[in-house]
Amino acid sequence: MTMFLYVIGFSILVTMALALARALAGPTVFDRILAVNMFGTKAVLLVAVVAFVTGRADVLDIALLYSLLNFVGVVAALRLVERGSFYATERIHVKTKPGEKL
Amino acid sequence: MMALIIDVFLLLFLIASAIGILRARHLFAMAMMFGLYSLLVASLFLLLDAPDVAFTEAAVGTGIATVLMLATLAATRRSSEKPRSRFSPSAMIITLLTGGLLFYGTLDLPNFGDPNAPLHTEMAARFIEQGQQDTGVPNLVTAVLASYRGFDTLGEVTVVFTAGVGVLLLLKRRRKPVVRGRSNAR
Repeated sequence: MTMFLYVIGFSILVTMALALARALAGPTVFDRILAVNMFGTKAVLLVAVVAFVTGRADVLDIALLYSLLNFVGVVAALRLVERGSFYATERIHVKTKPGEKL
Repeated sequence: MMALIIDVFLLLFLIASAIGILRARHLFAMAMMFGLYSLLVASLFLLLDAPDVAFTEAAVGTGIATVLMLATLAATRRSSEKPRSRFSPSAMIITLLTGGLLFYGTLDLPNFGDPNAPLHTEMAARFIEQGQQDTGVPNLVTAVLASYRGFDTLGEVTVVFTAGVGVLLLLKRRRKPVVRGRSNAR
């Protein structure tokens, strides 16, 4: 049973690594939002696995808090992306002339 | 063994996300990455058996700070960091000086893990033996943080609360922010 939990924990860590890679590379903002959301979900799972491996059931409360915050964060991010195409495209260097308004 | 593997993985993730934040130029992506970084720090606190510190870090770092940063980005117009200026010697000197002073300050502290430090000779035993009777809190880290150092924590809470109220008052504007000359009517 413990071996089973170890395997699960390790696979969750690998999934977290993949999500992090997407969050770092993400060509668009939506990739990053999805990757951060996925990373948060995997963190919830990892905390739950750790809680069962170590036998500390009180840690599960933290997992609940993580999932709640994850939800709030993603909703806030998507609300802001909704405001026009401003945030949907990533412009790396915005060059402005001295008098030009951005 | 399991804890060691998770620690190593989470610390590697931490380094990767920190480098990602440094290299990102898009402020929106940066704010999202900060949330991720904070979640990682909170998970590490949790593995160090400090659940209420993890609670605070997750709530403040991942939740409130990310939402406030994104709201601030929505209220301002620029979405991208200015191109980085060239190397400035004066900034380098100030940074090195401050770092050197801080390092000099740590020389007075007892060495990390020193068994003769006052913490280990006098306080730790008292915390471990009497903590349960003194505070009634089952978790030792929570007992030290919230009860033995209660005034310190109260001060921190006051600072965080004041900062949060200030930012909320700044963000609450009557006029809706104009997005790059485009009208809000769609």
